[in-house]
Amino acid sequence: MSGVAQMTGHEIGIAGYGVWLPRRRMERKVIAGAHRWFNPALMAAARGTRSHCSWDEDSITMAVAAARGALDGREREAVDSIALASTTPPFLDRQNATVIAEACGLAGTGLRTLDVTGSLRAGTGALLAALQDGAIARGGPAHGNQALVAAADCRRAKPGSPDELAFGHGAAAFLLGGAEPIAVLRGWRSVSDDFVDHYRAAGSPFDYRWEERWARDEGSARLLPDAVAGLLAELSLSPADIDHLVLPAASARDAQRLAKACGLDPDRARDPLDQSCGQLGAAQAPLLLAHCLEQAAPGQRILVAGLGQGCDLLLFETAEALAGYRSAAPASAALDAGWSDENYFRFLAFEGTLELDSGIRAEADLKTAHSVAYRHHEALTGLQAGRCTACGTVQFPPERVCVNRNCGAVDSQEPYPLAGRTARVVSLTADRLAYHPDPPSRYGLVEFEEGGRLLVEFVEWDRAELKVGAAASLAFRIKDRDAHRGFRRYFWKAVPA
Amino acid sequence: MANGIKDKVAIIGMGCSRFGERWSDSAEDLMVEAFQEAMGDAGIGVDDLGAAWLGTSYEEIGVGKSAIPLASALRLPNLPVTRVENLCASGSEAVRGAAYAVAAGACDFALALGVEKLKDTGYGGLPVRTRGAFGDLWMPSMSAPGLFAQLASAYVAKHGVDPADLKRAMAHVSVKSHRNGALNEKAHLRREITEEQVLKAPTVAEPLGVFDCCGVSDGAACAIVTTPEIARSLGKDPLVTIKAMQIAASDGSELSHNTWDGASVANTRVSAARAFREAGVSDPETEIGAIEVHDCFSVTELVTMEDLGFSAEGRAVHDILDGRYDHDGAVPCQIDGGLKCFGHPIGASGIRMLYELYLQILGRAGRRQLDDVRLGLTHNLGGAPLSNVASVNIIGRLE
Repeated sequence: MSGVAQMTGHEIGIAGYGVWLPRRRMERKVIAGAHRWFNPALMAAARGTRSHCSWDEDSITMAVAAARGALDGREREAVDSIALASTTPPFLDRQNATVIAEACGLAGTGLRTLDVTGSLRAGTGALLAALQDGAIARGGPAHGNQALVAAADCRRAKPGSPDELAFGHGAAAFLLGGAEPIAVLRGWRSVSDDFVDHYRAAGSPFDYRWEERWARDEGSARLLPDAVAGLLAELSLSPADIDHLVLPAASARDAQRLAKACGLDPDRARDPLDQSCGQLGAAQAPLLLAHCLEQAAPGQRILVAGLGQGCDLLLFETAEALAGYRSAAPASAALDAGWSDENYFRFLAFEGTLELDSGIRAEADLKTAHSVAYRHHEALTGLQAGRCTACGTVQFPPERVCVNRNCGAVDSQEPYPLAGRTARVVSLTADRLAYHPDPPSRYGLVEFEEGGRLLVEFVEWDRAELKVGAAASLAFRIKDRDAHRGFRRYFWKAVPA
Repeated sequence: MANGIKDKVAIIGMGCSRFGERWSDSAEDLMVEAFQEAMGDAGIGVDDLGAAWLGTSYEEIGVGKSAIPLASALRLPNLPVTRVENLCASGSEAVRGAAYAVAAGACDFALALGVEKLKDTGYGGLPVRTRGAFGDLWMPSMSAPGLFAQLASAYVAKHGVDPADLKRAMAHVSVKSHRNGALNEKAHLRREITEEQVLKAPTVAEPLGVFDCCGVSDGAACAIVTTPEIARSLGKDPLVTIKAMQIAASDGSELSHNTWDGASVANTRVSAARAFREAGVSDPETEIGAIEVHDCFSVTELVTMEDLGFSAEGRAVHDILDGRYDHDGAVPCQIDGGLKCFGHPIGASGIRMLYELYLQILGRAGRRQLDDVRLGLTHNLGGAPLSNVASVNIIGRLE
């Protein structure tokens, strides 16, 4: 299927984007070095770093971080749909997009939520579906109906496999629709083809992969040129009209080879960022698109390809608004914020492939009382404090009676979101007795500049000084995992501002 | 108009088990050990008792719910028994129940017993506990040392103290208590330690090292109370009476309102002010002869000196280093070795503190005996600085 964007009086496109990459970047030479005795061939690919989730990150938390970046400063009421694209959604039945929506403070009533999964093409597929959504098309600038699409993946890899080196974890999110697009969708084309170069069966933690030369030469190198030629013909464009080719290739060389096969100057192929963060699965093309938008100029054409059992092609033309747009979470910042991790055992422990002896303290039952969790889900997932309408005191958790003893008003509190606000550290410790998957457990009190305080866990302070008075902001993370029941709980943690 | 507990209740018998890793003894065995000593001291029989209170915290690893285990272990003749639980202040709560019963005229003799069997978990430190169905959904993975260690960070920030000086003062707190505890055959940890040992010990929760933390022990303590009139009729002389019995609980301010700086324990201040008023103590430093405070961690004892008013704001570090709270200081503190050397079997600790002061007031403290203790103060803290109950009791000789 293919299409040319119809002129409906307004142009449908991208209004903003955000990127999140976990801070931890594993040196590939460390991974390959650990397996040198077993598979010396891995050393050939042991260049650069790959991103990987801390124990408290997954596709939901990364999508939230990217989505909050895309939403920054925007009117959240205008968003009427949200989709998560991922091949690693934490839940198979509990809509992941709904958790993301609540964490992003998006209104529940009238919000359409959707998980898109099943292929590495999920990211571009979700983007295309949302851009073609009738609600956005009908909304137009007057209504401002907008859609949020977040793509996130954290694929696990078998220790010693080429995937372990190649994969990365991360997320990219796009806000679509609205009056001032930074890039407009000009045309699209999708091809469906059950080409199985790899697969992950239900219940299996790892991919099974056929020879990559076959995947490249018989797969993308055959599929893509035809699809691109077809779309360009439909739009009456020639390959020279494409300024940037965004495609999830395994390497810069592969990307250039594919560009050439499509009739483009190899230089038009975007860097696949494999050396800095690795292949992000369903989030790879979205990441590269966000990275491209950050560097592109108005009036350029960007051709985005998503691959996996066929392909999606999306042709964007950047608009004048791009010149004035600055993302709150650009790809460059995410790429630069990484720090090199050389602890391969910790990497394995976070991947869940190495079970460490955590001692009897770790045996405490983390069973969730779901009725309790739902009663408080706005406070827990949305980090909604209460603000007393009688005296103005902000308090977490919200209670029926105001905590200000000079007030004491009952049922006076209105919802007051804390997530986007800056806080200062009041007290802290690094606790080596309490069980923590990444010891020590760091926690303490933080106080918000506009009022309110929170007892909170500190994470990501490896490269910033955690001290009283330090500025912190809040990030949505996994609080803990119930090993007996497979459930994971989320809450907010204080990260360096 | 309420006029307080002062001199309405006398303590006529007390008992305290040996504290320690009592591998071969059950909680019930420890109850009997403390009870027999107290009953022998009081000189009354089981049939004289009118009511009993049991203070214990961890039902998961101890005796379970209710006060029935107390009644059964001690073979109390179908007495009205009540179990109380207020975290680490559970022992003080048991005494409060017994004393109020006597003061109310509900019975002539009442028993308060606190017990905890901590060494049945299979690991060191206090047992992991729930923070309630909602608290567990959002609060970090925390331990008691980590919760109290927060005091140090906020204290340094508030008073501009050099962290190294704070560490040294904290070390002195532990060195002093070990010196005292070495003289006490009922204490768990009976070796003297040096400042260097404390400073070099492995970190538990920054900045607390192993020697900044109290021991983890099994133990029980017991008190028998009656009216001063009955006590006198039994020939007790001198009489030890309760002068003040106060407890204050957090209203959520520390956790949820930007009014607390994190460098003190607000409820200790409230409870102490109420206790001094109730006891009619106007000059604590000269009137109070010995204090037993809740030194679960060295930094807790340090801020408690300011919270009780014995040190001025920001001066505890200097006062401690100057020896003000040593055995021979102006305000002897933890003369029995404190939680530091006894360990902290939760339900027992509040009563164990009273036991030492009772001995000191009666002149029965042996090698630890101080000169002329007329009034003694206990401070028993349940919870953590950001959410707690603080009990302050004063007992003394009936003049």
